[in-house]
Amino acid sequence: MAPLHYYLILSAVLFAIGVAGVIIRRNLIVILMSIELMLNAVNLTFIAFSRYLGSMEGQVIVFFVMTVAAAEAVIGLAIIISVFRHRQTLDPDEMQLLKW
Amino acid sequence: MAHSNETMTFLRLIPLIPLFGAVANIFLGVRLGRKAAGFLACAAVAVSLLLSLWAFWILPIGGILRDTVYTWIESGSFQAQLSFQVDALTAVMLLVVTGIGFLIHVYSLGYMGHDEGMVRYFAYLNLFVFFMLLLVMADNLVLLFVGWEGVGLCSYLLIGFWHQDHANTIAGNKAFIVNRIGDFGFLLGILLLFWEMGRHGVWSIAFLDLQRSAHLLAPETVTLITLLLFAGATGKSAQIPLYVWLPDAMQGPTPVSALIHAATMVTAGVYMMARLHFLFSLAPATLALIAMIGALTAFFAATVGLVQNDIKRVLAYSTVSQLGYMFLAVGVGAFSAAIFHLFTHAFFKACLFLCAGSVIHGLDGEQDMRKMGGLKPYFPVTYWTTLVAALAISGAPLTAGFFSKDQILWQAYASPSGSFELWRFAWLTAGLTAFYMLRQFFMVFHGKCRVEEHLKAHIHESPRVMTVPLIVLAFGSIFTGWLGTPEFMWGSPWNEWLQPVFGVAKEVRHGGMSEELLMLPTLGIAGLGIFLAYLFYCRDSRVPERLSSWVWGMPYRWLLNKYYIDEIYDFFLVRPFTWCAGMLANIFDVGVIDGIVNGVAGRVRQSSLFWRRLQSGNVQHYLYGFLAGTLLMLAYYLNL
Repeated sequence: MAPLHYYLILSAVLFAIGVAGVIIRRNLIVILMSIELMLNAVNLTFIAFSRYLGSMEGQVIVFFVMTVAAAEAVIGLAIIISVFRHRQTLDPDEMQLLKW
Repeated sequence: MAHSNETMTFLRLIPLIPLFGAVANIFLGVRLGRKAAGFLACAAVAVSLLLSLWAFWILPIGGILRDTVYTWIESGSFQAQLSFQVDALTAVMLLVVTGIGFLIHVYSLGYMGHDEGMVRYFAYLNLFVFFMLLLVMADNLVLLFVGWEGVGLCSYLLIGFWHQDHANTIAGNKAFIVNRIGDFGFLLGILLLFWEMGRHGVWSIAFLDLQRSAHLLAPETVTLITLLLFAGATGKSAQIPLYVWLPDAMQGPTPVSALIHAATMVTAGVYMMARLHFLFSLAPATLALIAMIGALTAFFAATVGLVQNDIKRVLAYSTVSQLGYMFLAVGVGAFSAAIFHLFTHAFFKACLFLCAGSVIHGLDGEQDMRKMGGLKPYFPVTYWTTLVAALAISGAPLTAGFFSKDQILWQAYASPSGSFELWRFAWLTAGLTAFYMLRQFFMVFHGKCRVEEHLKAHIHESPRVMTVPLIVLAFGSIFTGWLGTPEFMWGSPWNEWLQPVFGVAKEVRHGGMSEELLMLPTLGIAGLGIFLAYLFYCRDSRVPERLSSWVWGMPYRWLLNKYYIDEIYDFFLVRPFTWCAGMLANIFDVGVIDGIVNGVAGRVRQSSLFWRRLQSGNVQHYLYGFLAGTLLMLAYYLNL
């Protein structure tokens, strides 16, 4: 079995890719996908530790996270569709109404 | 001295009923109508008068009636109660305030009967009576101070009663501001007294406690305290140097001048010093100053009164002068004589003012005596009451003024702190008083009628509601004096009555003249004054003209313009002060204070104009911030 730090490094890399995606990309759908990526990176860490420590709690939490992530994806996509219908664009640079 | 203390809960009603009258008139007066409002006000004071008489009646000799309503201020071991007390001194003041007050309320029904603002007038008048009663019934200095300020407020409101005329509001302001100067000293005096008493463990400002512990204070402290209190008294009671407001206060309605600016409020200073006589007696230096100021004020005000042409201004200066007498009496330690003169003066001066009001009323507002004259046939009642009151204030034998003034003159001469110089000033003043009062009398009622033609047709004597108070006051101007006759007549029940308050009179100085002998020069100079007035203004009316052009008319103009005191004050005090205030307002306030405030605001605004760019509205920019912050914290916790 691969040692723990392999999993952790993979998870960190996945998380960093997610963060970079959220910050850099100019498409709301991709940003949402990047958020999912970060969530799953965290899930991977949970499971790795769960196996390593021989405890089930980490895996239980992962189920919760997946449930919440599903709900979040639904709401997020709904918002995106609604925004697109409203403004014919998904570029976050165009959405700056909360400015001074 | 053992004081018998009796609690009488009806005492609180004496001030509260006029307060009720005032409040009712303020809120319901217009709906009640003018007539009902006037009667309500009169009734309120009448009830107070009856209760005061009752209090006077049941007051045991040397005793005190008390009524504690509730504890007003409580702080540690310090307590001030909202509490009233009636002793012999207060009983006298009660009768003056409610008695004269009632007569003047009744008189006002006639005098103000045609006035638009009658409801407001009676509300103020009742409020004044309330505060005045609070002042005389207070059992501690703080409550007295409340009344003191309250009467000042009412005085201000009533001087500027006809506020449509700008001169009246200016006079009101002047009275208020000049009084404020004196009150500043008064307040400092109270605080210093309170502080010093506290250092000796007496945390109280009640008069009885103060009296019991006054001896604990160091002599210099007492002198300072009494000087500060005296400053308050000079403001309220119109003495040099703060008398300037009183002549201008005559802009108010005449009954107000009678009640507030002659009979009651202006005597508050005398009352306060009498109430605190135990302090003043411990400060001979202050007393000497008071006597000097009193004698000077009496004399100077009388000289100004000699040449004034406005019927009310003569009376105003006469009031200042008579108050000077009272201060003189206080200054030589003759508190009982001061209060006696206060009492008799209230009658004849109120009478004189109301008579003047009656004439003014009959002449449709004319106040210039040069446009009067020969009015005797038109004013039968006013004529005789004026004559009685004028003789009383001049000190004609057997009138009230004769006895009370005689006591003061005698004390000024014979008391241990009296002197021949003080007596001489008071004596000269007596002559001047007789002259200017009778001058006024002759100018108004005798000689040729100089009334303007269009007024002549409807000169009329006042209605009975005004003349009856005049008659009552005229009787008072004679008979009140009989309460305090000299030893060789039937003695002075007055002094016996007040003795428990002021203590037994001090021994008189021996080796001088006796009281009977000293009366003769006084009578002489008063007679001379009356005779000269008769000669100048009833017989040969060219003498005054010749006198007024004496030395190119300089002395005359000097007196006519009141020694230019107002102008001097204006130049040396008012202008520099307003100039400083203007500098502060226009330069310091605008430049520095506003500069600091606006400067701070401007800086904040400018910097926020810069920093607001951070808030771009772009979520991704915020996320950069998140990330940077998270990484920084991470670095910090990992000690990188």
